[in-house]
Amino acid sequence: MVDLAVAYGRRQALAPFTATVRSGDWLGLIGPNGAGKSSLLRAVVGLVESRGDVLVDGSSLTLRTRRRRAELIAYVPQSPVIPDDMTGYEYVLLGRSPYVGYFGSESRKDKTIASDVLARLELTQFADRRLGQLSGGERQRLVIARALAQEAPILLLDEPTSSLDIGHQQQALELVAKLRRDHGLTVVSAMHDLTLAGQYSDRLVLLHEGHCVAAGPAAEVLQADTLAEFYGVRVTVHHEPDGTVVVVPRRDRL
Amino acid sequence: MAIGLASVVVALVAGVVVGPAGPTWWRIPLELLDRLPLVSIDSGINEAQWNIVWQVRAPRVVLGGLVGAMLAIAGAGYQGVFRNPLVDPYLLGAAAGAGLGATLAFTMLRDVTAGWVIDPVPAVSFVFALVTVAVTYVVGGAFGGGQRGGITLVLAGVAVVSFVTAVQTFILQRNVEVVRDVYNWILGRLSTAQWDDVRLVTPYVVVSSAVVLLHRRHLDLFRVGEDEAATLGAPVARIRLVVVIAATLGTAAVVSVSGLIGFVGVVVPHFVRLVAGAGHRRVLPLSLMFGAAFLILADIPGRVLTDPAETPIGVVTAFIGAPFFVIVLRARTRQ
Repeated sequence: MVDLAVAYGRRQALAPFTATVRSGDWLGLIGPNGAGKSSLLRAVVGLVESRGDVLVDGSSLTLRTRRRRAELIAYVPQSPVIPDDMTGYEYVLLGRSPYVGYFGSESRKDKTIASDVLARLELTQFADRRLGQLSGGERQRLVIARALAQEAPILLLDEPTSSLDIGHQQQALELVAKLRRDHGLTVVSAMHDLTLAGQYSDRLVLLHEGHCVAAGPAAEVLQADTLAEFYGVRVTVHHEPDGTVVVVPRRDRL
Repeated sequence: MAIGLASVVVALVAGVVVGPAGPTWWRIPLELLDRLPLVSIDSGINEAQWNIVWQVRAPRVVLGGLVGAMLAIAGAGYQGVFRNPLVDPYLLGAAAGAGLGATLAFTMLRDVTAGWVIDPVPAVSFVFALVTVAVTYVVGGAFGGGQRGGITLVLAGVAVVSFVTAVQTFILQRNVEVVRDVYNWILGRLSTAQWDDVRLVTPYVVVSSAVVLLHRRHLDLFRVGEDEAATLGAPVARIRLVVVIAATLGTAAVVSVSGLIGFVGVVVPHFVRLVAGAGHRRVLPLSLMFGAAFLILADIPGRVLTDPAETPIGVVTAFIGAPFFVIVLRARTRQ
């Protein structure tokens, strides 16, 4: 990303921002609400207008067609639209859209890939179920399955776990981590849970009011005084022996 | 699909068979068979009776089928694009514009065109319907545009429709003598249908339906919202524009010959979704077929009930449509 900037009217949601993500890396975006995390991700997939440029393999995304972009980048929005009466299989098959011609329909290969993804994520039992009948965790896994069916080397996740309980959070993130290992995916995710963000990302970027205020490995970015300054919170930061950084909110007893 | 086709055939036959005047009902299918090549049956129908069937009833039935099919598939297309099952093909002003056009034609052009061979009302209402929808699109695009254009477009439609309706009401109020003509036109009628009308609208119906049908996969993509459809590589704004143009063109064409027939565009796709699921690969073709069958059948009580006067078909569709709609809604909420 080179000097990517996003503005809504006069309000600048994201100041010029430059970052490089190496292929196969996981970059975690953190920051308080309204810091510009979602704007950054939406700008990358072209959902909001932005100045600046996004380079993939050294060439600009704006030079590619929308379909070609969809083959490169899969995006999981913060709150995906779930059509209640669509089946799990139909939903995952939508991920193949970038590969289908304008008036064409999905090929046998597209259908095989959709079925494979369902099988790989152990979601085959939901193939014929309607999305409206599934739980939040099951839907979330299907959303990730759809992104995976897109077979894009870059995966953008906007708060992928915000609606899930702690068990499903871990399940979903482990799934992404495993896929990243197996397929060499490059992941950029916006996350609220700082401990989880630190655990799964190789590098963190802390955004505040549209500016990048800290970047680096979890141990460097997640420091009590930094978080106090930008989140306005009192926290204790523990460093576990395995290198995990745990951020615990602190409560002053009266 | 087979059921859809069968319902169209049944409706066609029923539409041709039932009616005041004309030959005994059971003779007509025999005569129709007789007219097929290589078949010879003595149906006992004379030339005058056949003329009633072929020149009066048949064009009316065929036109009814075309109008119903077009309104239903246009409704399904609009509903897919705007992701709202309650949207009808008149949403962006096709009906209001056609109404204004007809009003103007009745008030201002009547003196001039009284001697004309061709009735100018359909042409004027067709043009006004298209212009109104174009205005909605321009107004909506002016502040909406971009990815979220769908919602802004609907709101622009609300504004444009009330403006156009206000103009129409103003004109009507100052020309009370045409109220009855305009009112009759608005209620919709197939009673004056001729083969010429059929020839006039067929190209629009065929092309518009084909274009909407060709976008069935894209409309399924729209079900996850315009933003996500865009990240899946769909040219969202272009698809919306093409489907809306096709649906509007077809709607304007049929409305200009049949008047404003309500409920078909909402009730038929709704019914189809309930029985066949919401995937557009089924909803679009089935709406086309059931729309045709529904309007042909709805036209039958209109010509028999108050014989020799006609009950306007707009009244019948709303009369059947409204209670039916309540039943569908009830079934939906129970699921």
